[in-house]
Amino acid sequence: MPFDPLIVVAVVGLAVISLVAIAGATSDDIPGAPDYFFTRQLVYFLVGALVALVFWRIDYSRLREIKVLCYGLLIASILLVTAFGSVARGSRRAIDLPFFSFQASELGKVLLIVSLSAFAVEMTRRSADRRVTARLLLLGLAPAALVMLQPDLGSALVYVAITLTILLIVGVPWQHFAAFGALTAVAVALSLLVLPAVGVNVLHDYQKERLTSFLHPSDVTGTEGYQQNQSRIAIGSGEKTGRGEQATQTRYDFLPEHHTDFIFAVVGERWGFAGAALVLSLYALLIWRGLRILTLAKNLYGALVAGGIVAMFLFQVFVNTGMTVGIMPITGIPLPLMSYGGSSLIASMIAVGLLQSIYAQGRKAASGKGRVLTIQ
Amino acid sequence: MMEAGDSSLLRPSGGPPVAPQMARRVAILGAIALALFAVIFLRLWFLQVLTGDQSRREALDNRVRSLPLAAPRGSILDRNGTPIVENRVATVLTLDPKQLPAKTRADANAWGQEMTAWLKEPRRTRGTAPPVPPPATPQVAQRYRRLAGVLGISAAAVNERVVRQLAQLPYANVAVKVDVPSSVRNYLLERQGEFPGVSVDQAYIRRYPGGVGAAQVVGAVGEISPDQVGSDEFRGVLSGGTVGQEGMERSYDRYLRGTDGTRSVTVDANGRLKGQRVSREPRPGNSLRTTIDAGLQKQGEAALASAISGAGTAGAFVALDPRDGKILAIGSAPTFDPAERARPIATQAEYERRFGEAAGAPLFNRAIGGSYPTGSIFKPITALAALEAGLITPDTPINDPGFLKVGEQTFTNAGRQANGTVSLRRALQVSSDVFFYSLGRDANPLEGQVIQTWARRLGLDRPTGIDLPGEAPGTIPDRAWRATQNRREIAWEKRTGKRCPPDCLYSDKRPWSVGDNIQLSVGQGDVQASPLQMAVAYSALANGGAVVKPHLGAAVESVTGRQIEAIKAPPSRKVKIDPTARQAILDGLHLSTVEDGTSADVFRDWDQDRFKLYGKTGTAERPPRPDQSWYAAFVNDPARPIVIVATVEDGGFGAESAAPVACSMLSRWYRQSASCSPGGSRTR
Repeated sequence: MPFDPLIVVAVVGLAVISLVAIAGATSDDIPGAPDYFFTRQLVYFLVGALVALVFWRIDYSRLREIKVLCYGLLIASILLVTAFGSVARGSRRAIDLPFFSFQASELGKVLLIVSLSAFAVEMTRRSADRRVTARLLLLGLAPAALVMLQPDLGSALVYVAITLTILLIVGVPWQHFAAFGALTAVAVALSLLVLPAVGVNVLHDYQKERLTSFLHPSDVTGTEGYQQNQSRIAIGSGEKTGRGEQATQTRYDFLPEHHTDFIFAVVGERWGFAGAALVLSLYALLIWRGLRILTLAKNLYGALVAGGIVAMFLFQVFVNTGMTVGIMPITGIPLPLMSYGGSSLIASMIAVGLLQSIYAQGRKAASGKGRVLTIQ
Repeated sequence: MMEAGDSSLLRPSGGPPVAPQMARRVAILGAIALALFAVIFLRLWFLQVLTGDQSRREALDNRVRSLPLAAPRGSILDRNGTPIVENRVATVLTLDPKQLPAKTRADANAWGQEMTAWLKEPRRTRGTAPPVPPPATPQVAQRYRRLAGVLGISAAAVNERVVRQLAQLPYANVAVKVDVPSSVRNYLLERQGEFPGVSVDQAYIRRYPGGVGAAQVVGAVGEISPDQVGSDEFRGVLSGGTVGQEGMERSYDRYLRGTDGTRSVTVDANGRLKGQRVSREPRPGNSLRTTIDAGLQKQGEAALASAISGAGTAGAFVALDPRDGKILAIGSAPTFDPAERARPIATQAEYERRFGEAAGAPLFNRAIGGSYPTGSIFKPITALAALEAGLITPDTPINDPGFLKVGEQTFTNAGRQANGTVSLRRALQVSSDVFFYSLGRDANPLEGQVIQTWARRLGLDRPTGIDLPGEAPGTIPDRAWRATQNRREIAWEKRTGKRCPPDCLYSDKRPWSVGDNIQLSVGQGDVQASPLQMAVAYSALANGGAVVKPHLGAAVESVTGRQIEAIKAPPSRKVKIDPTARQAILDGLHLSTVEDGTSADVFRDWDQDRFKLYGKTGTAERPPRPDQSWYAAFVNDPARPIVIVATVEDGGFGAESAAPVACSMLSRWYRQSASCSPGGSRTR
């Protein structure tokens, strides 16, 4: 089975940096258990690697056959979490299993990619049809709307990004995008300005504060402003080569969530611009390979899945790092493959496995035709 | 390779790998990715490379708090290096402000700002100080009460200390009580659960080994007052710092103080201590070597204490080296234990009881701040003036029938005792008032008021310039002085519309008269001088005309005892004294300590051959109080000359209480064993 070694390089590189960063940043978090987060993240990585191996070995195309099941699972898991999940910081996002708190919206990202791509492939004959676009949009936005209720704005935005990218790749006309854009603008205006004025609040206050606090970073009084300011200080104080063991911002708890949402700030503080740039480069490598695999896919389904995965990674990386450097709002989006957390990590590893599968299938198909691909 | 149902826009089998439309859209996706990465890269470059140093500073500010680290104060040593004041490490009981509700700090901060504003207002119009806020919650009040109970102070005092210190240093532990006994410390530390946030720290406090005394001279340290912060005198001392506030602690503060260090405390986001490090070592203050002789000082204190345990109520002594003004001993009674004064005192009433008027104002240094009529110890000055002015020669006889009638007034000797015809030497020996009355009478019409002139030449009527705060200038009355007093009295009466009462500050608006001059000639009336001033005047007689500047500072030494800077004796002022006149006076002063001299019986077993003594008793009338006893003496020993002036308020005749004090000190100084019992002379 062929595989893309550069993706392996990127993933292993990110995994190693993630583990070292988490080990350093969390050593004081739980008294008496300095390795708590490190050990768990290591296990998640190993499990994730196994999962990725499994997905690499199977033919991703067979997932098309279970698209309804996948989609159903996506919706059901979100509903289940919304109804019975454990509450963490005011929102229900996870189901507590023994040893593991399962965050359904993370796996949902992959489920959405797999199922929505399958639906899109089926409808491609009429891809210029408005109704097709509308139906695909509806399929993508329904889970987004549902996770909004948890409330999990970040995942909802990722779902939207995935949906739009799949629509882009599948060839939806630009006019449809324009129309959708206009509708979105109206909806945002309604939800942020008009409806609150008449007493209906679509977004929670904290969500609004999160979305707007990065616009006035000097106001560091609120929790959100505080986090973002401390994150900016952490990253900035890393300067060119980082503060190494002197990285007090993250170690001394000035920056909350340093092992999850703000892991990039830990990297920025400990290893400076060099470290942060390395991490970004590894993501860029991953994205580039994803786009490359998109073009190598043996079928449209593979291309759409690869496109969705690229969108998922790209959007999360940009929003998360953008948040830590203070140019994007705080939305609770983890940094894929780096933030501490099993659900996100395993979902990301499934995506990596799928990319490898698409690569492998594409290569096999090409060699099966007797063509030698010289390009990677 | 494509499945049958795939769209036409996908790549045709065997053709180019990707259809053009999809290739375009993938390119768009790639371009978006590139743009997004570029944005993050540029932002990182800006944050980390262009403005990273600023963030680095912010990160350091985040975690590092600077707290002062007190420098040990230098010791004060006697002339032989015996410590009079040194440091002791004391246990300070502290309270961690993090263990108090946030409101406590907020309240303290608000109060601190009110206080600052209040201090900026003019003293007369600002009214009472803003009240200290009460404990933030009933729980905190309860904690204060429990802690106060264990420490033996009031809960209000605990609260006030917490508020005051938090207003100044919001992150530092609050020193609740300094110098806690180890039993109390252990009790509290073993019950951390009941007393949350209580811990111990160390501080340097002053200790006074050997009971040398000189409490008023040594002075005291105290927290710098808001008015003093930023003054030239205490440059570089931060609010809350400790400085010398009285006595030598104050006048030599800049040497003794040292430089506080800084302790950098690393804290996490919750203010928990993560580590600390001394970022600047405190530089201990230097020691001050003084001119004081600890043994002589102790002897003087003891003799004076015994004098005021009898008839006397208060007193002072000064012993100095007549050659250069080095102060060998200086004391004031009643006195106090400086260690006790260093401890916080609970209430104003308690303070008054210990240090107030009722306790005899023990903080007042009578040796330099007391202004008294000097009585007959002034007579040598009158004699010198008369001799220098040519009024008399050393042998001019004057009849002393026991009284002198001048106009309407009659001036008498003590007990109207008649001394017959006396010349200067005999007049000093028996302290004939009438002899000096007639000099005062005859000097009055002379040009330039010679007695006053000579008194001033010898250092009276102005501060001596000793290196201690709180010196009184004294008074030598003359025509101009009386005119000024009368003017002031009239102005005062005009301003207040009241009559100046008989004991008012001024006088009764009468002009200068010969009676004033007669009173002055025997150190009575309006003349006022401190024991120190008299010691300086007698030094000039002893050394033949050098008016010394008395001083206590001898050298500045490092902690290890190495001399850093010698404090040079300030130059003396030279006065030309006719040697024969001086000799006649010295003869008289010596005679007064022998034979039937006024202090002869006090010094009856004094070794006059080895240590020829010159002395003069004084008995100042201070109606309605009992007489004030004075004694001035000197020995011109070539190796260890000394001038001693002692006074005992309400001590009666000079020979009764002051002369024994001086005698006792002289015995100590020359290792004699004179009995120094009170003399029976009933002369002034």
